[in-house]
Amino acid sequence: MKNYNLTHLKELESESIYVIRELAAQFEKPALLFSGGKDSIVCFHLARKAFAPAKIPFPLVHVDTGHNFEETIVFRDELAKKYGVQLIVGSVQQSIDEGKVVEEKGYNASRNALQTVTLLDTIEKYKFDALIGGARRDEEKARAKERFFSHRDEFGQWDPKNQRPELWNLFNGKKHIGEHFRVFPISNWTEMDVWQYILQEQIEIPSIYFTHERECFVRDGVIYAHSNVIPLKPTEKVEKMQVRFRTIGDISCTGAVLSKANTLEEIVEEVASTRVTERGSRIDDKRSEAAMEDRKKQGYF
Amino acid sequence: MSEFSTAGYLDMDLLRFTTAGSVDDGKSTLIGRLLYDSKSIFEDQYEAIKATSEKRGEEYVNLALLTDGLRAEREQGITIDVAYRYFATPKRKFIIADTPGHIQYTRNMVTGASTANAAIILIDARKGVIEQTMRHTYIASLLRIPHVIVCVNKMDLVDFKEEVFEAIKKDYEAFASKLDITDVHFLPISALKGDNVVDQSKNMPWYKGSTLMYLLENLHIANDQNHSDARFPVQYVIRPMNNEYHDYRGYAGRVAGGILKKGDAVTVLPSGFTSKIKTIELAGKELEEAFAPMSVTITLEDEIDISRGDMIVKTDDQPASTQDVEVMVCWLNEKKLQVNGKYALKHSTKDVRCVVKDVQYKVNINTLEQLEDDKTVGLNDIARLTLRTTAPIVIDKYKQNRTTGSLILVDEATNVTVGAGMII
Repeated sequence: MKNYNLTHLKELESESIYVIRELAAQFEKPALLFSGGKDSIVCFHLARKAFAPAKIPFPLVHVDTGHNFEETIVFRDELAKKYGVQLIVGSVQQSIDEGKVVEEKGYNASRNALQTVTLLDTIEKYKFDALIGGARRDEEKARAKERFFSHRDEFGQWDPKNQRPELWNLFNGKKHIGEHFRVFPISNWTEMDVWQYILQEQIEIPSIYFTHERECFVRDGVIYAHSNVIPLKPTEKVEKMQVRFRTIGDISCTGAVLSKANTLEEIVEEVASTRVTERGSRIDDKRSEAAMEDRKKQGYF
Repeated sequence: MSEFSTAGYLDMDLLRFTTAGSVDDGKSTLIGRLLYDSKSIFEDQYEAIKATSEKRGEEYVNLALLTDGLRAEREQGITIDVAYRYFATPKRKFIIADTPGHIQYTRNMVTGASTANAAIILIDARKGVIEQTMRHTYIASLLRIPHVIVCVNKMDLVDFKEEVFEAIKKDYEAFASKLDITDVHFLPISALKGDNVVDQSKNMPWYKGSTLMYLLENLHIANDQNHSDARFPVQYVIRPMNNEYHDYRGYAGRVAGGILKKGDAVTVLPSGFTSKIKTIELAGKELEEAFAPMSVTITLEDEIDISRGDMIVKTDDQPASTQDVEVMVCWLNEKKLQVNGKYALKHSTKDVRCVVKDVQYKVNINTLEQLEDDKTVGLNDIARLTLRTTAPIVIDKYKQNRTTGSLILVDEATNVTVGAGMII
């Protein structure tokens, strides 16, 4: 007898496409939050599959800290052009210039937390009522409790103790004016699933995911890219290293890993044998035990 | 992780299970153990819980800390909300819906159970079958979780005695025989010490069955979906509106049951129009057939008016299209159910409104008694309701199809999901 059972990647893909189509059907002005990182790239790929042969019926939104890796920005622009989708960029620099947020000071200053204000302003300006995010439940403990359809009040806040129950595949996107939803199609994927899927589908990703030589320095055990964004302490030395990035975020809070992985196959092998979480190199999560939960409550991704 | 291989990884299937136990049954420890022994824990995560354990003065690394979620939960040492965990072995990927066991969180167990292939029900070997065990089992049967695994935990605290395990098994079977559960497994374990979780216990030579991990890896789940009655709720209509695809109308959706093939004679409900399947496709690739739970796009031979909320079914096997619906409901909200009240109702991809005509009875979930005089349905209550909808919905019985047989009720003032319904 034929085996009517999907492989786990097929089942995850199918679930994600279902979620993305629900979003398009239930909301009037959705958008896809696009960071240029692998998770949002996979979401974009899934959205293309969901609506083919039509184009994706919503724009991409990028919150640009102004401290992004150049490779990411180039990749983002080329992708939008290639597939003919609208790209909307919210600028953290502009929020700073307008005095809406104040830049952090000191050696570990980061614009990561400032993004929330720019993001919420962008949502308000374009009247988006739902945003797709590439967050996964395996990433971080506060995210393990996130819904596929996650309600945000009129201040963009997440209330983790008062989430709507989410049963079967019935997603409740009903809301009042001014409220919005964050929608997470790849909630059930792990880092490994994402890489396997990128390999299986041969999805293009920014070059900094692969090994390259870069000027770096080490702080508190984390390898940082040397740039004008992070001021060096007198004791810190810049040296050339063979590195790649496991996640892509703001330069100021994204650590690199020493790696020679030059192909998707090699990355998959490396991920399989890695003993540290990918967010282990994200300094933004290390600020306190509930760092992510606190930022999410205020409207972070 | 030496056994890792990409070819194997692409071959794995997916098992979703939920865990239920009352406070201190060792549920978090068991999940921690599964994650730890399957090497799904990273060094930085392990270091973090080791440090916390030491700080608290605990004598061993508390694996339960791995599943600690929100700040309030860590402070109170309890789980408030459903949390999802992931691990994989070379055979399968697993999604755990980790649900809290306290009585006030029945709604969370219902939520976790709604998508599960299997339920792990934990029993403390020292306490045996208690009221909460019965409640968890009832919910598993109500939500029709296909496989139930009863783990008698803390066997180390009863000297690994076979009699204890056998007595609990007998008690449980006596209770469960009154319920509709098809596949039950019993295991004596110690989550804390690891006995029969991933490795066979040396302390219980009398137990000849498999370990929990082996069982999870080998449960037969291909038949958990209904593959006989073809159901395709239309989610979204794809119209590219360009010259190349001028007349293209694709019906996007996820197969909810059965197998659909090119050329099948189909009927669109509730309108009753008939046609034939012209193509089944996804992302420009044509498929010969589609089955649950695949997301695909279907085109038909004839141009007919179809929109979101309609259902495409095989002409020779049609579900009911009705405005009168009988459901078992689990109430999820502090605000009580209003008899004669109106609610928004979501069923498959269809949105309608409904009025609650009657509460037929409430179920005492500890004794399974039907309470016909008590019509007050509040948080965590389970009751049988009669609903009347504003427009026909296309339904199956929940026991035949968990997708087309389920619905949710939404409070129209707050927009909050207040009821989970299983169609009878």
